[in-house]
Amino acid sequence: MSEAPEATGAPPSGVPDAIRVEHIRKRFGAVTALEDVNLRLGQGEVLGLIGDNGAGKSTLVKILTGFHKPDGGTIHVFGEEVQLRSVTHARELGIDTVFQDLALVPGLTVFHNMFLNRELTHGIGPIRFLNNRVMKRRSREYLEDIGVRIPSMDSEVAQLSGGQRQAIAIARSTHSDARIILLDEPLAAMGAREGALIIELIQELKQRSDVSMIVIAHNYVHVLELCDRVNLLRNGRILLDKRTDETSVEELTAIVAAEYRLPKSA
Amino acid sequence: MAEAAREARQPTPPERAGFGRRVAGALVRRREASIFLVGIGLVLYFSLTTDAFFGKENARVIAEFSAPLMIIAAGQVMLLICGEIDLSVGNVFAFSSWIFYFANTDWGLPIWLAVIAGLISGSIVGLANGLITVIVGVPSFITTLGMIFVLNGITLNISDGFPVETPGGETFFKWFGGSAYSTFYWALGVIVLMAILLGRTRWGLHTIATGGNFVGASESGVNVRAVKIGNFVICSTLGALAGMIEATRITSIQPLQGGTQVMFYAVAAAVIGGTSLFGGSGTIIGAALGVVVLAILNLGFIIKGVSAFTFDLVLGSAIIISMALNVTLERFRQSGWLARVS
Repeated sequence: MSEAPEATGAPPSGVPDAIRVEHIRKRFGAVTALEDVNLRLGQGEVLGLIGDNGAGKSTLVKILTGFHKPDGGTIHVFGEEVQLRSVTHARELGIDTVFQDLALVPGLTVFHNMFLNRELTHGIGPIRFLNNRVMKRRSREYLEDIGVRIPSMDSEVAQLSGGQRQAIAIARSTHSDARIILLDEPLAAMGAREGALIIELIQELKQRSDVSMIVIAHNYVHVLELCDRVNLLRNGRILLDKRTDETSVEELTAIVAAEYRLPKSA
Repeated sequence: MAEAAREARQPTPPERAGFGRRVAGALVRRREASIFLVGIGLVLYFSLTTDAFFGKENARVIAEFSAPLMIIAAGQVMLLICGEIDLSVGNVFAFSSWIFYFANTDWGLPIWLAVIAGLISGSIVGLANGLITVIVGVPSFITTLGMIFVLNGITLNISDGFPVETPGGETFFKWFGGSAYSTFYWALGVIVLMAILLGRTRWGLHTIATGGNFVGASESGVNVRAVKIGNFVICSTLGALAGMIEATRITSIQPLQGGTQVMFYAVAAAVIGGTSLFGGSGTIIGAALGVVVLAILNLGFIIKGVSAFTFDLVLGSAIIISMALNVTLERFRQSGWLARVS
């Protein structure tokens, strides 16, 4: 790997950046989670983030969602340098995260989950009632529009499959005007059929090209299928940055395997 | 993969379920319906097996037994849904009645302002419960367990341990629990308002979200702390209301009125009515029907000459069976059986 150029993470030229991260560092006590991360996410791009447990993927995502503050380095969102103060602040800038727990409420209907905390109401003055009819209609229209089939908007989320729940969580992000979505292992613990549903949804959203995504994943097949570009994070640095059409599962596997051997031989 | 995706994205045609399964599905989904049927069944049973049960007088007895419990249960359901419990609401019942009494007699407030003072005293207790639980982080079980004794101590102190006559003129009594069915109308009003609050407003939705997925709700920006504290306030304020109208109905204010007995009845009614103690689900109407079922059982057993000991036995069994049913139904729902029925 010594001949590999330093990975800076560059989207295709001409595409403006949705996110540009430069020299981000983060330590937790004695543990260095992120050493020096440089990463760029182009607008409309889907970037895969791979690396084994402890490589710093979660830390990076939590910094980009405003959950952790970095110790150093800069973050630009849509060209402007920002200090992400909180999850709410990140969301105001258009960055939303679909965590693995999905933040859905199992006992509520699909449309109430779609509008959670952004509920539409009608009424007189301060006396407001939920406008279920409109929320239901808009949820149905939006989900149909992006190709997510849910039998009924009145279904409780508890009754839906893992894939359907994941789809609703992603759809809720895009529906709430998120421009950058961070997906934390959207395909973990999902069957082929379920996974296919999510892959198609992400591809559908990608085609609209107004949403940029960072997808954390372990499965290289999924990464190659889903993403335009892949970054490998290891020991708090981006060690590889490749377009997915210029690499293969074999190459990624070989590189990761080599990386595992490297520290011992070096 | 693409084929699988196409297949997965085909809308599943709604299955034509048989009548029996549809009814079963409706009963599973609407706990109110099943508890309503239990109530009808009990009325039929007691009417057929005794001569004295079915009648106007007994209807009033049931209504008046139910009224304060329904009001307390409505508040308790809100707290149970957001994952908390208020054990002290039965002691607010007595405490706030005394504040109402002193507000009128000692502080000289007009009678309706004294009612407001009583309600505010309940709200303050609820706020204390909420702040200690949510901000300090003491489990609500412990916070409100302690509050039982605190309130009881205060009430016994300020009352000197003796009952007094409920203050107020004729019109006040007529409107505030003194005339026939008056407490029950108040209870119905509270039930309707609370059912709307839970089922039709953002507050209700956020209450369910807070109990259903605490972390997820806060990640979505729901102010989960405010929701919990607010529901503590609602619960205690309703406890105060229930105590005052009951004091007007029985025309005396007792130092040991209410207490843990009414609180446990209200929790029992909520559970029988389909509210889960795990949080995230529950209904106001179900709890109200649960109260009425308890009242019917209570009166029916008295008329049949069954002892109060047996009533406790039945009540206890009803709570455990209801909860077992709840847990089992939840498993059905998770398994997707309902989705296929509906």
